[in-house]
Amino acid sequence: MNLDFSQIVPFIPFLLKGIGATLQFVSISILLGFILGTLLALCKITNIRLLKIFANVYTSIFRGTPLILQLWIIYFAVPQLTGYDIPEYLTAILAFGLNSAAYVSEIIRAGIMAVDRGQMEAAMALGIPYRPMMLNIILPQAIKNILPALVNEFITLTKESAIVSTIGYLDLMRRAQIIGAQIYRNFEALFLAGVIYWVMVYILTKIGELVERRLRQSDTHS
Amino acid sequence: MIHIHDLTKVFGKNTVLNKVTTSIDKGEVVTIIGPSGSGKSTLLRCINLLEKPTSGTIRIGNVTITDPKTNIMEVRKNIGMVFQQFNLFPHMTVLENITYAPQKVKHIQRAEAEQKARELLNKVGLLDKEKAYPNQLSGGQKQRVAIARALAMEPEIMLFDEPTSALDPEMVKEVLDVMKDLVELGMTMVVVTHEMNFAKEVADRVIFLDNGVLIEEGNPQDFFNQPKTERAKLFLSKIL
Repeated sequence: MNLDFSQIVPFIPFLLKGIGATLQFVSISILLGFILGTLLALCKITNIRLLKIFANVYTSIFRGTPLILQLWIIYFAVPQLTGYDIPEYLTAILAFGLNSAAYVSEIIRAGIMAVDRGQMEAAMALGIPYRPMMLNIILPQAIKNILPALVNEFITLTKESAIVSTIGYLDLMRRAQIIGAQIYRNFEALFLAGVIYWVMVYILTKIGELVERRLRQSDTHS
Repeated sequence: MIHIHDLTKVFGKNTVLNKVTTSIDKGEVVTIIGPSGSGKSTLLRCINLLEKPTSGTIRIGNVTITDPKTNIMEVRKNIGMVFQQFNLFPHMTVLENITYAPQKVKHIQRAEAEQKARELLNKVGLLDKEKAYPNQLSGGQKQRVAIARALAMEPEIMLFDEPTSALDPEMVKEVLDVMKDLVELGMTMVVVTHEMNFAKEVADRVIFLDNGVLIEEGNPQDFFNQPKTERAKLFLSKIL
């Protein structure tokens, strides 16, 4: 077997910098996707037709086309249309954030629908306005139920982030490819990158479990 | 105080309330009874507009609440409601359940809201449960907290939607006792219930509904002893 990890040792700092590069845009994308997804979910459950249609069309488009296509459209088509030379970093945040919002909105919508109708009725009967009712009463209960699905979405986003290597963004994946090209050996760098992705997802999973356990405490206070 | 005129509610092809007209005075305790599916709960839920009437008017004091220009939120502040399934907020403690709306809706300071909440908890006999979460309470305790939560808004009217129907038999009394205390205090109350004894003992008036139609109303003695309509006689013969 032709394996030699010693050759990539000088490149390890270069590879490790990819962790920061990946985490930097993934974390902002997750946040953007979550906020936008929550707003879209609220649009989906309102009685205002126009907002409902907008949210449904949005979701349909972003779920119905490949993520890599959305990424490429933002990176290559936006400059063509507007003349604005969009940086890789911003492209990555936008593509992943907008795409994730579509999936998150469906998860949150389902979560809100699953909260007992009586909760909303009790809040309305007390005269509590829509915003605080959603923020303090309905969403906390919805999020608790959908946390596993949300963590799953964040994990998918973290892993799929590797496709930003196709627009030349220097993330973990791209760096592994560059190292491979430099030393004419691909397995070692790719293997290392794979281990790092796995560790990142593992940590994310553990954080999810921790948050879930804390939220469940209100069910088992006795 | 509450004037209901020709109130009709239609769900799809189903007429749940059919031209119901009645009025309820300040301080009056009215129970709504009737077979299941007769529209009792719907009538109650129209009073705070949890159900939107299809036609007809409801006036509370000087305010026509069925007028689309009326601010429903303002109306609801003055009407407390207690549900069959309690509907306490499961992620909040008992104290938070009671103090949330006064703080958010009436902008009362936290300390003041908590003091008021403790007075109410004392009144319903649950002062020691302020830090408990709803799932740590029995059904009867949950319902008493729910009553305290509604009272914290200092409503002029209290609506009860089958408040004891989801309770184990031995817990019914503790909830009815709290409701009787409210009657003593002169609260205007509208109660949908299957507790005929409550209707007999404390109600000023009984409204009997069947198939969405107000069949008969009158004081409990007359209604239970000499019902005027055949429909009411039949109903009472089945349940008493």
